[in-house]
Amino acid sequence: MRHFLNIGGLSSEEITHILDTAESFTSVDGQTVKKVPLLRGKTIVNLFFEPSTRTRTTFELAAKRLSADVLNINVATSATTKGESLLDTLFNLEAMNTDMFIVRHPESGAADFIAKYVSPHVSIINAGDGRHAHPTQAMLDMFTIRKYYKDFSNLRVAIVGDILHSRVARSQIKALNILGIKEVRVIAPRTLLPANVEQLGVSVFQNCKQGLQDVDVIIMLRLQKERMQGAFIPSEHEYFQLYGLTPERLVLAKPNAIVMHPGPINRGVEISSEVADGPQSVILHQVNFGIAVRMAILSIAISPNDNGVTNET
Amino acid sequence: MKLEILNGHLVDPKNEIDQAADLFIADGKVVAIAKPPDDWQADQTIDASNRLVLPGLVELSASLREPGFEHKATIRSETAAAAAAGITSLACLPTTDPVVDTPAQVELIEQLSHDSGLCRVYVIGALTAGLRGESLSEMAALKAAGCVGVSNVLQPLKSSLVLRRAMEYASSQDLTIFTHPLDHQLAHNGCVHEGLTSSRLGLPGIPAAAETAAVAFQLALIEELNVRTHFCRLSTRRAVNMIARARYDKLPITADTSILHLYLTDQDIQGFDGLCHNLPPYRTREDREGLREGLQAGSLSAICADHQPHEIEAKLAPFQSTEPGSSTLETLLPLVLELVQQDLLTLSKAVRLVTQGPAEILDICAGNLCVGEHADVCIVDPELSWFLNSETMHSRGKNTPLLGDELKGCVTHTILGGKLIFENHLW
Repeated sequence: MRHFLNIGGLSSEEITHILDTAESFTSVDGQTVKKVPLLRGKTIVNLFFEPSTRTRTTFELAAKRLSADVLNINVATSATTKGESLLDTLFNLEAMNTDMFIVRHPESGAADFIAKYVSPHVSIINAGDGRHAHPTQAMLDMFTIRKYYKDFSNLRVAIVGDILHSRVARSQIKALNILGIKEVRVIAPRTLLPANVEQLGVSVFQNCKQGLQDVDVIIMLRLQKERMQGAFIPSEHEYFQLYGLTPERLVLAKPNAIVMHPGPINRGVEISSEVADGPQSVILHQVNFGIAVRMAILSIAISPNDNGVTNET
Repeated sequence: MKLEILNGHLVDPKNEIDQAADLFIADGKVVAIAKPPDDWQADQTIDASNRLVLPGLVELSASLREPGFEHKATIRSETAAAAAAGITSLACLPTTDPVVDTPAQVELIEQLSHDSGLCRVYVIGALTAGLRGESLSEMAALKAAGCVGVSNVLQPLKSSLVLRRAMEYASSQDLTIFTHPLDHQLAHNGCVHEGLTSSRLGLPGIPAAAETAAVAFQLALIEELNVRTHFCRLSTRRAVNMIARARYDKLPITADTSILHLYLTDQDIQGFDGLCHNLPPYRTREDREGLREGLQAGSLSAICADHQPHEIEAKLAPFQSTEPGSSTLETLLPLVLELVQQDLLTLSKAVRLVTQGPAEILDICAGNLCVGEHADVCIVDPELSWFLNSETMHSRGKNTPLLGDELKGCVTHTILGGKLIFENHLW
């Protein structure tokens, strides 16, 4: 596997292989010296065209624990220079003998675009492109679910909130379907659902009461504050009334259901503090698992023993 | 100068000719069909055996990029591409820099086109000053300078009232309005058809309603004001149906679609191919069939190339940041002939859609082989296949989603005003 751009195109076995590899790295986390020498001498550039704390730091930690040299570059983009500066920036960094770029970009398709033009020996990891994909987040979410449930084929997962603008939701839906999930539900008002969403392999619900019934996993999505200006929803207050995850709503799900959130969370907007900090919440575990999962993806992508998997759709 | 084109199959929809016939040209005009005039002695003979002899094609919408965008293309480069494509008349859009909202701009384009001498160029002027959508352009002056119509192209108008006044004023000057129906607020920041593909790829979509709402709104005005209007680049089945109904109701309207809309759908964007970025976007298979049926039923009276050449860098970006549009002059005729191959259109009807049809919309004398008229002729070998690539393309813009494809139907000669201006030397 040279690039890791999208979940689509991966087989169930390939996803499982990545999750198993991640499992083997979780032990590194507990060691006094949290390092393995797998990527010693490799140069990895975190190329972020959009602000990020969690994703960037976990990638950085993952790379460092694999003994790679890591460079963080935050590129402020202006609408007029995006296209050209993107390739120019890339070629300049590539000239410094970089082995891998971890790319976050506000435009859908940016990682695919970069992968098309980068030199043959360089790997691209998609750390989120526009609304399109966030495959490493989806992988760590699968890892998290697998920690609590052994068999995906019996699970019902509900994804609640702003599906329309969410690259995380798109990648999760793909991963869950590839792993043979029983049912993926999306719960949101129509303004926050993409067109033809039912054809993406989900059941669609517009209210929580039916949507959360008997689910095993609840994934809450962040609601960005600017959605009020775009006339997607009237107010945070009404959104919380209809879609916020409260202890009263949580009881609709199965008794042992887990609550996930890709972060950062908006307390009192999409999730109440009681739930976010409650016993069913696994939100902070997700962050922690993110390091091992990203170690697995980096090591597989950069490994000289190329197993021939290309993941470019 | 006397020229004869012998042994070809002549197709001239205006004169209902679709048969083997010779064509005789003298002093820039067609002088006889089938039988030579008395005492005929040709200076030049073209053998058109196994070839189609058509009126020179008429293109409704070509961006020639000059003045202002010479890094993309020039009038010289694109009229040369037109000649290679068998196009002998074309209308260019006011979206230059500065925009075509003064007679001086019209005259500049006419002068440069005349100097290149490879295609008759007609100018569509700006509907509003600076295409800003606020105040009217000096339409009478534009018309006096030679403009064949006015358009705001894809620039939004400030209000529906501005459109109403612009329609009335254009009508007073006997100018056709060329409208690109798009509700800009519904389209918002969209860059692809809103549907399964936009949802999968996470690209902001343009709903079909952005087109149909604009068509419905403009039809309401046209019905009340009775103003001659041409609807450019329809992309949805429902818009075609609305046009069909309005034409049945005798509204003074015509409509066209672009050649690539007859072939591509939103599914072609898989993999974020910026070469498929177009406005209006390529829509569903169902819409594509609707457009094809609109041609068959006569609701759409022309097919245009919608030629938009770009420099390479314009498409070297993530999808949404690429500039929309394709370089299409040279694919127009092969793809129109492909519609005949697929039994969707008769040869005569297909030729009409790229000759007489657009000529009538522009109200120009072109796109026919009437005796006594300009001898603008396109000779094409319908069986000859060729590859579309940056070497075979004459346009400076190599931005086409069909790059590398094999096309069937090759222009071998183009004659403008009785003069052979293009001959294909590939064989």
